Amino acid sequence: MAITVRAVARPARTFATQIYLVEVWRGLAVTFRHLFVNLFRHAMKALGIRGFLPGSVTIQYPEDPAVLGKRARTRHRLLKRDDGAPRCTACLLCETICPAKCIRITAENAPDVAVEKRAKTFDIDLGMCVFCGYCVEACPVDAIHMDADDVELSSYSRQDMIWNMPELLGDKTKVPSGPA
Amino acid sequence: MSFAIPLNDVLFTAAKILFAVVGVGLNIAGFLGWVERKQSAVMQDRIGANRASIFGVTLLGLFHPIADAIKLLTKEDFVPKGARGPLHGLAPMISLGCAMFCLAALPYGGAVQFSGRAWDLQPIALSMGVPLVLAALAFGVHGIVMAGYASGSNYGLLGALRGAAQMIAYEVCLASSLAGILFIYGTLDFQEAVLWQASRGLWGIAVQPLAFFLFLTAGAAVTKRAPFDLPEGESEIVGYHIEYSGMKFGMFMMTDFFESIVICGVITALFLGGWAIPGLDLQAMGALGGLLMVASFVGKMMLLLFLLMQLRWTLPRFRFDQLLDLGWKNLLPLSLLNFIATAWVVYLWR
Repeated sequence: MAITVRAVARPARTFATQIYLVEVWRGLAVTFRHLFVNLFRHAMKALGIRGFLPGSVTIQYPEDPAVLGKRARTRHRLLKRDDGAPRCTACLLCETICPAKCIRITAENAPDVAVEKRAKTFDIDLGMCVFCGYCVEACPVDAIHMDADDVELSSYSRQDMIWNMPELLGDKTKVPSGPA
Repeated sequence: MSFAIPLNDVLFTAAKILFAVVGVGLNIAGFLGWVERKQSAVMQDRIGANRASIFGVTLLGLFHPIADAIKLLTKEDFVPKGARGPLHGLAPMISLGCAMFCLAALPYGGAVQFSGRAWDLQPIALSMGVPLVLAALAFGVHGIVMAGYASGSNYGLLGALRGAAQMIAYEVCLASSLAGILFIYGTLDFQEAVLWQASRGLWGIAVQPLAFFLFLTAGAAVTKRAPFDLPEGESEIVGYHIEYSGMKFGMFMMTDFFESIVICGVITALFLGGWAIPGLDLQAMGALGGLLMVASFVGKMMLLLFLLMQLRWTLPRFRFDQLLDLGWKNLLPLSLLNFIATAWVVYLWR
């Protein structure tokens, strides 16, 4: 579809807008409407009367789970082949393209001659990661995704921010240490 | 002729001032901290601060002002290296002190007969109440300028200069918008003005509607709250209290709330009938009348504060030239015209 240009007329500065009082009144009408409608909805909820919309759109996060979009870019995840071996061939493209230099890979010979090479260790320092997603785009074998739907990544030490290969593969759960 | 003042009069006056500053001032200021959060939240489809709890009871977030106070009191009182020592500490005291004086000069009630004598419910009864309150409000700007100057910070100084320019622009309108209605009342005493309205059953807002709006606008500007928060301008320069921490910063915050209360109190006294309730002769009702007077005055004041708070969360901040234009080119000529017209009408009427 061709790009079309729609000319939007500059709103005219009439006397009513210039003296500002009418606009103030209209603004107050909007905010007062929201105030009283929301107060009514809160009151209905407090009284236990159902059938009204919620009075706020707030998600009370630590109690209610965070709602992530379907395409949200979250923590990295390493994928496996059908036979259960990691897809990663240790080509180091992700490590090379990473602008934050947060990926460290050491390679070793793979027992499968068709693969030749595989990662011995694969560490991502999430404390340095900028979540740009370049590693996912660079990977030629679709071995790394950023769709673990995990955003609660904070920890008490910098060391705990480094995720190793079993943790990224999902073979081992990350066990965070407590406060120092 | 005796100059001895009875001791119970002194005690009663002290109690009244304590009531005005602590009972009305500090309580409403704390309460406004909660209202500010909750009102803005509800009108923006949010929930607002609701986490502070005492043994799991949150009470709609009403404990947040208490948490604020504890936090401000226990924070480090940091004074930057470039600050000019005594002035830095004096500035918030001047700001808050002026606002506190204004609170004590408001007419919370008239004189009532109780247990054999007349009790005047106005903490500081002055025949020159209105100009004194306006003067004290204007003097409060010294605290701001002093704070900006003593901070040794360019942002602070910029905020202070903005504050000074804004105060000058709007103090003039503040006083001149009141000139007309004081001319009609024929007094500078708050109590007399309230009695004028109570005896005729006619509120000032009906006599001088234009002056009401002018004073409300200029008053909102004097309290330095949005949409007139140029001296603070927290999204651009942070303003005159940028180098303040702990309770000194808290005092500036409280000054803003106190000034809002004072402006609403002055509007209540001069335009909304003060402590009077239509259809009731409160002065003849003894102690109950006194209670009703204070309740009526504070109630009207709270309604006005609610309106100001709603305005504060509705309108965006003015640009500085727009602010000065509004003050000097619109409000001031209108208030002067209002005064001249009033003077002519009063002259022809007589």
